[in-house]
Order: sequence, then structure tokens, then C-alpha cells
Amino acid sequence: MALDRIFNIAGSALNAQTIRMNTTASNLANSSTVASSDKEAFRAKRTSFQSVMQDALKGQQGPYAGGVKVKDIISDPAPIRRMVDPGNPLADQDGFIYMSNVNEMTEMVEMMSASRTYQNNVEVVNTARTLVSKTIDIIKA
Amino acid sequence: MNTIDNFINASAQALTVRSQRMELLSQNIANADTPNYKARDIKFSKVLEDVSYNGLNTTSAGHMSVVQDSPVNGVMYRIPLNNSFDGNTVEMNIEQAQFGQAASDYQATLNILENRVNSFKRALRGD
Repeated sequence: MALDRIFNIAGSALNAQTIRMNTTASNLANSSTVASSDKEAFRAKRTSFQSVMQDALKGQQGPYAGGVKVKDIISDPAPIRRMVDPGNPLADQDGFIYMSNVNEMTEMVEMMSASRTYQNNVEVVNTARTLVSKTIDIIKA
Repeated sequence: MNTIDNFINASAQALTVRSQRMELLSQNIANADTPNYKARDIKFSKVLEDVSYNGLNTTSAGHMSVVQDSPVNGVMYRIPLNNSFDGNTVEMNIEQAQFGQAASDYQATLNILENRVNSFKRALRGD
């Protein structure tokens, strides 16, 4: 039955979107982190998705075939902001501190996008659940 | 027995194809944010044709019928209304609408099947 595979597919999407939301939360939490060198500065993390390979090509039908997974978490390549703050204990010898490259606007948009996709997949699970239970009801009465 | 089989099988096969379409649409929704993912859909009439037509005639009791389990020929890529930068062709509004339609199609087919099963039960009970 194909309906029970929907749970796995939508479940893999829920999982992937949760990881994306966690990443965004971590970015926002670290948005005002400072460091004493360009290398140590916090860089925003981005998730990149990949669909789980379908089966017919490889001759195998995995439980999550057709679903989605997080392929990689990469650092945002945007440049690090440098600020003069000689009084800061983390300042380097020239008096600079290095801010994170987190852009709050981008993170809010990411979070909204992740939450919408999450809701869509919850709807899919609900619909599939209703239909499965109705199908099982045929046996009764 | 054969008559009963035919009577119930038709809607049972239709139900299988309906659920396969729902699976495919749920894949599209799951991959809404996957770069380079291409949305797919099933053409119902084509697949039902494939499922109900064996392709080989069985003329002896020893012959085996060809059972096609998954829709191969009816799966097609969706042509997007708008292109996106990351090469993803899932358009969420369309997928949602199609999923709603697929769910109600499934339910309609399910109702027909249920009616047929119930009419058999009534005939067997004889009331």
C-alpha cells in the first residue's frame, strides 16, 4: 500500500525542516557573538537539502525513498564585520573585534519558510492518516 | 468466484493507483525546498490502463499473468508556471490543490469499493 509510505516521506521532510529551524535558531542566538580574529568569528550556518534517491534506478525501495534529507550544513560565505572597540576584552592588538555575519532578516525569512513547509507536511500526514483509517473501516460492519 | 473478483478488483486497482498518486504528490511537497528537484505527477487514465491490461494473454492454467506493481509509464514531470533560481519545479499552491483533489478522489473510490463490498454482504445475508 502506497499510503503508508506517505508517513515516511512526510516524516523525513518534518525532520529536515526541524534541523533547518534549529540551525536558524542557533544563528539568531549567536548573532551578537564577538571574536578576536576573523577566523574565530561566528559564521551563519545554512542547511542544504537533497531528495532521497528513488529506488527504481537502484533497484531497492528504502523506507524514505522519495523523501528529503539534509545533505550538508555549510557556513555562510558573507564577509565578517570588523568593529573598533579597544575597551572590549576580546579586542585584538589593533583594537578590533570581529562580529558574526548573521543577518537577522535572512534568518527570520528562513524560519518562516521552514515553518510553512513543516505545516504543509503536517497536513499531508493528517490527510493520509484519515484516509488510512477510513480504508481500514471497510473491514468492519 | 470470478464475477466477484471482477466486481471488486476494478475499484481495488483504482484505489491502488489513487494512493500511488498521493504518494508521488507527498514527495513533491516534502521536497519543496530541495534544489534541482523536479515535481512529478501521475496521469491516472494511463496508469489504470497499464494496471488493468496484462499485455500477455493467458491461454493455459500454467501461464502466469504479468502484474505491474508500480506505475512506470504514467509518471511525468510537471511543467512549472514560473521558473525558480534553484532549479526546483515544486509550486506549493498547485501541489496543495492537487493533493486535496487526490485525497478526495481516493475517498470517492473508497466509497464505491465500500458500497460494492456491502452489497455483497447484503446478498450473502439475504435480507
